[in-house]
Amino acid sequence: MSRRIFKRTFSGPDTDMDTTAQRKAGIERPEPSGSSQSASPRLTLSGISKSFPGVRALHNVSLSLYPGQVTALIGENGAGKSTLVKIMTGIYQPDSGEIGIDGVATALPSAHAAFGHGITAIHQETVLFDDLSVAENIFLGHAPRTRFGTIDWRTMRKDAREVLETMRAGHIDADARLKDLGIANKHLVAVARAMSIDARIVIMDEPTAALSMKEIEELFLLIEFLKSEGKAVLFISHKFDEIYRIADRYTVFRDGEMVGEGLLKDTGQNEIVRMMVGRNVDHIFPRRDPKIGAPVLSVSGLSHPTEFDDIGFELRKGEILGFYGLVGAGRSEVMQAIAGITRTSRGAISLDGRTIAPKSAADSIEAGIVYVPEERGKQGVVIGMPIFQNVSLPSLARTSKSGVLRLAEEFSLARSYTERLDLRASSLSQDVGTLSGGNQQKVVIAKWLATTPKVIILDEPTKGIDIGSKAAVHGFMAELVEQGLSVIMVSSELPEILGMSDRVVVMREGRVAATYDNEGLDAETLVRTAAGIAA
Amino acid sequence: MKSFLKYREIWLLAGILVLIGLISTRFPGFADPANLRQVFNDTSILMILALGQMVVILTRSIDLSMASNLCFTGMVVAMLNAAHPAIPIPALIVIALAVGLMLGAINGFLVWRLNIPSIVVTLGTLTIYRGATFVVSGGAWVNADQMSPDFINFQRAAFLGLPVLSWIAIIVIALFFLVMTRTQIGRSIHAIGVNPTASVYAGIDVGRTKFIVFCISGMIGGLAGYLWISRYVIASVEVANGYELNIIAACVIGGISIAGGIGSVGGAVLGALFLGIISNALPVINISPFWQMAISGSAIILAVVLNARGERRQGRIILRKAEAA
Amino acid sequence: MTDTPAPRRIPDRLDKPLSSAIFSWEALLVVIAVLIFAVNSFASPYFLDPWSLSDLTFNFTEKGLIALAMALLIISGEIDLSVAAIVALASTMMGMAVQAGAGTPVLGLIGIAVGLGCGAFNGLLVTRLGLPSIVVTIGTMSLFRGIAFIILGDQAYKGYPQSFAFFGQGYVWWVFSFELALFLVAALIYWFVLHRTSFGRRVFAIGNNPVACQFSGVRVARIKFILFCLTGLMSGIASVLITSRLGSTRPSIAQGYELEAITMVVLGGVSILGGAGSILGVVLAAFIMGLVTFGLGLLNVPGIVMSIFIGLLLIIVIALPIVWRRLREGRFA
Repeated sequence: MSRRIFKRTFSGPDTDMDTTAQRKAGIERPEPSGSSQSASPRLTLSGISKSFPGVRALHNVSLSLYPGQVTALIGENGAGKSTLVKIMTGIYQPDSGEIGIDGVATALPSAHAAFGHGITAIHQETVLFDDLSVAENIFLGHAPRTRFGTIDWRTMRKDAREVLETMRAGHIDADARLKDLGIANKHLVAVARAMSIDARIVIMDEPTAALSMKEIEELFLLIEFLKSEGKAVLFISHKFDEIYRIADRYTVFRDGEMVGEGLLKDTGQNEIVRMMVGRNVDHIFPRRDPKIGAPVLSVSGLSHPTEFDDIGFELRKGEILGFYGLVGAGRSEVMQAIAGITRTSRGAISLDGRTIAPKSAADSIEAGIVYVPEERGKQGVVIGMPIFQNVSLPSLARTSKSGVLRLAEEFSLARSYTERLDLRASSLSQDVGTLSGGNQQKVVIAKWLATTPKVIILDEPTKGIDIGSKAAVHGFMAELVEQGLSVIMVSSELPEILGMSDRVVVMREGRVAATYDNEGLDAETLVRTAAGIAA
Repeated sequence: MKSFLKYREIWLLAGILVLIGLISTRFPGFADPANLRQVFNDTSILMILALGQMVVILTRSIDLSMASNLCFTGMVVAMLNAAHPAIPIPALIVIALAVGLMLGAINGFLVWRLNIPSIVVTLGTLTIYRGATFVVSGGAWVNADQMSPDFINFQRAAFLGLPVLSWIAIIVIALFFLVMTRTQIGRSIHAIGVNPTASVYAGIDVGRTKFIVFCISGMIGGLAGYLWISRYVIASVEVANGYELNIIAACVIGGISIAGGIGSVGGAVLGALFLGIISNALPVINISPFWQMAISGSAIILAVVLNARGERRQGRIILRKAEAA
Repeated sequence: MTDTPAPRRIPDRLDKPLSSAIFSWEALLVVIAVLIFAVNSFASPYFLDPWSLSDLTFNFTEKGLIALAMALLIISGEIDLSVAAIVALASTMMGMAVQAGAGTPVLGLIGIAVGLGCGAFNGLLVTRLGLPSIVVTIGTMSLFRGIAFIILGDQAYKGYPQSFAFFGQGYVWWVFSFELALFLVAALIYWFVLHRTSFGRRVFAIGNNPVACQFSGVRVARIKFILFCLTGLMSGIASVLITSRLGSTRPSIAQGYELEAITMVVLGGVSILGGAGSILGVVLAAFIMGLVTFGLGLLNVPGIVMSIFIGLLLIIVIALPIVWRRLREGRFA
């Protein structure tokens, strides 16, 4: 590995790299970014199939990545994208098909092998080592050695600082523990790792999921830099505005098959959506005729020592109240406090005029407030248990008789709610872990609806789920409020906030910045309030 | 990273100094260099064992069979020595390492290739190895008169003011420190404990590293087997019975987190020394040895409470400032 | 979705219950039990005698009682290594009470109460202070037995009243001992609680995902605390039985019982990682371990060699399904 890599900066590639380094980096000459020339692909996957017991994840799939270009991989959840990434990074082996790097058929039998070929991935939740230092994270597995073969810490830290400098990320302390960095900086460390091995193929899986606007801009600058370095980038995302901004080509997966590919400049958004979903999707926001009544939930002066301060708002009956804010504004924390999961230092919550002070989730569920958490896998579903047991879990007191389980009651409860939500599963006794993300979310929502709440708080309810399921969830929310429930919806997606809410509360840095009626409200106002930018 | 690790050990070191101080207020002889050297020597075997256990715990595993390993290898080596006193001691040590390695490799293989959780594997081998000691020895003991003088005196011989046993401990400590901080395998061991998924993505072979880790703990058990037998000049089926818990206690007191990923050589050594000081101090203060168990039990509980305090995660700090840009 | 089709009918179950029963862990255990039973009958002429078989039960009933509670605890994702030490401490307390002239009923109550108290202590440390149970119970294991040693030293208490001996040595009918009857009743109760009540369902859920349970309104801390108390309680009951059977108390009583109890639980098909297992499996495993140790005892195999068999049994039975699956996959890869 040539150390000269670190001399390159944003202003352009180092033209006096020696030929060995050039060959290693795989570029003949620097390519202008955004060009869609017919350079030969750096990575080709053809005819890839992969099955797991009972599930056909990928069938005869092809994908090509070109040096200096960004290819967007688009598809619903369960379409096979993450399986493909795992095959590309050597974690899984394909059942059939070929992988070619620079035209040469290659096998990637392990993560180590993929690493050796210069393939790295940056995942949505950074898969790095919290308790190790930044420098060590960058160089884990390929640390510089001394003469004796032992690790050369000084050189490693120096090189780490250099890499971060070339990425204009010099503000990150190479000796800091990764745990102490924010998620945006963790992403930068992951990219630094890719840079340090002179990665030739960089995979980014939903990298903007937890980033603020400013950080997203910086990430895009970084991607442009990677393009200019001749790297082949795979960009996986749900967000069309980002895709159209940063990517040159696209490939669409649906149900484990490749259904379309091409150049983004030649293809419209609707066409891509049609490929993804297989049908035309016009509205994903249901038409509503809100019948809003008296306030059902009132919060005032709610405070926590470190997470939020003086939160006050009202939720009216039959209303969908949107909660918008940048990542880290404190919205989930407020909701978890209302749901009794975390304690508050002061403040009052009242439901239907009665003051409540929930000390645990069980308390607030009893009172009629339920919280559908953001992290589905960790906080929402109990993987390892069947669907019907997941649905009945908070309602066991109702379905059981003096503590004794009654399976028939549980099944009927689960059946009615999962049918209302149009769940796709082979049986109610199926392990919930085998369902797709969207269907797991339906199970979670079914579980909470089965407790017949008065107020349902949804925290990022459609994050990371496919368009079809998104529409189902939205349609369902509309039904709920029609039946007299009241909904608080925490969301970071502007179209969703604007399309679904009756009113919007905007939070910033742990405080309520403003409350708006959704009447002529536009995205700009929301973003400005959330970021604290004056009009 | 380095500064964080030192923080935890500094507290433990301070605690140990305070302890020594307290004891010597009542019995001034305790803080004498000669006495402290003896405490170090007495604790040498535990320190070595704690290091072997440390690398296992770092990878989110556990090895409950170390004491039985020690018992078996010790018996093998003692029987060899009794039957063939001419075998030079270094050769016996190599044999002890090899036998220990084999026992550790069995553990490692079952964890790596069959994916059986280490607590289950070592729960099984704990009894198997000790039972094997009985089979190999026919239930007989090997005592002092059957052992060659070299065998007994090797680790007692003084060299530059310290017995060979202490030197062996010092060498082992130094080796472990080098390996853990300066080699790829050492960093991989840490990495696996911190984040096994990320380790796979980073190209570390988690299974193979765990195998190696059990081989290391096996070799340590073997080495400790020879040292224990020659120190206490008896080899029997009862040797080190139940000692596995002392070893884990030393690690826990030394700040090594049972959840993996956190811990250092310094911590393991200090944890062992802490227990060593207590067991040495009790007869001096005239507390009956029957108190020792209860005291180490309380020390473990206290250590765990303090460790947990240190590791407690703060709630999100949102109000002070925005996310670090 | 543009138009809504008729709601899908999702069936409740797909499995044919019979096939899943045949290939279950419990079925494997039954086969092993039958095999060992057969081997024992051939190996020793003394085996197939009703009183002999009754003696066999004493080998597993006491540890089995502890294993029942331990199973629930492990299913919930925790562990308790201090159970044997609780037996020792409870026994020591009973011994002290005997010296003070207490009668049999009081002795029984003291044993159970001490067990419960120790269990509650463990439970508080784990649930209130959030400490990992494996190291906490290593600490309390030393602490509890240490206290027993402080009180008794290397002495022994004897002099238990005659009526006290009934618990560990008495029979309720013909060859069926009180211990066996108690174990079977307890097993039935634990089976019902784990598999048929909402409490048991929550125990399983907690073992699979305690965070999601927290969010779902399950009182995780309270349930875990109860499980630790139950483990202590069962250890207390076991202590009464053991002390009664031996007729004396030493601080070194029940050495190694914790590992045997855990072996019973794991052999019984409970995953050490939590979230899965059955009481039937644990009962079968207890029976198997009793068979093995009793059979070997009839052949005059020393105790320490017996434990080799137990260790091997544990590893082989755990490894068997994994190796089987590998071989099958290897064949059709």
